[in-house]
Amino acid sequence: MMLSHYLIVSGILFSIGFLGVLLRKNTLVVLMSLELMLNAVNLLFVAFSRYNLSLDGSIFVFFSITVAAAEVAVGLAIVVALFRLKQTVFVDAFNEMKN
Amino acid sequence: MHEIFFYFLVALTALSSLSVVLGRNPVNGAMSMILALVGTAGLFAMLGSYMLAALQILVYAGAVMVLFVFIIMLIDIPATAAYRHHWGTLVAAILSTLTLGGGLTFLFLAPEFRQSMPDIAGAASNGSGLVFSSQAVAYGAGLMGKYMLLVQVIGILLLVAMVGVIVVSKDLRATNSGKSLPTPPSN
Repeated sequence: MMLSHYLIVSGILFSIGFLGVLLRKNTLVVLMSLELMLNAVNLLFVAFSRYNLSLDGSIFVFFSITVAAAEVAVGLAIVVALFRLKQTVFVDAFNEMKN
Repeated sequence: MHEIFFYFLVALTALSSLSVVLGRNPVNGAMSMILALVGTAGLFAMLGSYMLAALQILVYAGAVMVLFVFIIMLIDIPATAAYRHHWGTLVAAILSTLTLGGGLTFLFLAPEFRQSMPDIAGAASNGSGLVFSSQAVAYGAGLMGKYMLLVQVIGILLLVAMVGVIVVSKDLRATNSGKSLPTPPSN
């Protein structure tokens, strides 16, 4: 397979995740779409790392996965706290910072 | 054979990602997300990063998605419209996604990216960069050598995230010695 195959797959996955972030109302699904976008970038890292025969990109994916795990933990804690406050997880309800 | 497997993994990943984004039920979305992550792990394995494929399944499909499913089950979501129903938002979302996807595809179709992958066996050290390898020992050497500082910084990040989660998820109203926090304005 050529490098561009993997890059295009990564771009498509990133776009799907982007669509989910913009389109969905459920905060949990928005968080999952964010994970999809991070995942697409990880694929990009690994593809370029393999193409350049350099391990640095692959090692960066380690850190990317760790940061994503921390982000999910904090994000879900915030969602649960907001759910306790508002009894809903739809993004339309969270507009405290608007005014 | 290689190509068939590649396109199978791509179809699996893309379709399950679409199912996450467009599906109405969040639990089904989480299950599709696991499929998408496993498909990406397969792509990692095809690229020769077996270590990362294993890590992806362990950490993402295992730990992170279990957390997601747990929270989805904890939160009882009322059955209302799943998508934003404002027409402007809808059109803007689809248009910007098409622009982004088309732009990225156009960019990645450039001739300098249409190169076949070099042979791993021919990998030689070029300067200060680490040499690509499928073996886990190379990752260990990189993490404990060149990127030692980054590993420690990530450790601190995880500690901070853990403390943050505890603080955020603690019910402040219950521990405030009977006094309740001011209720937010209902609008």
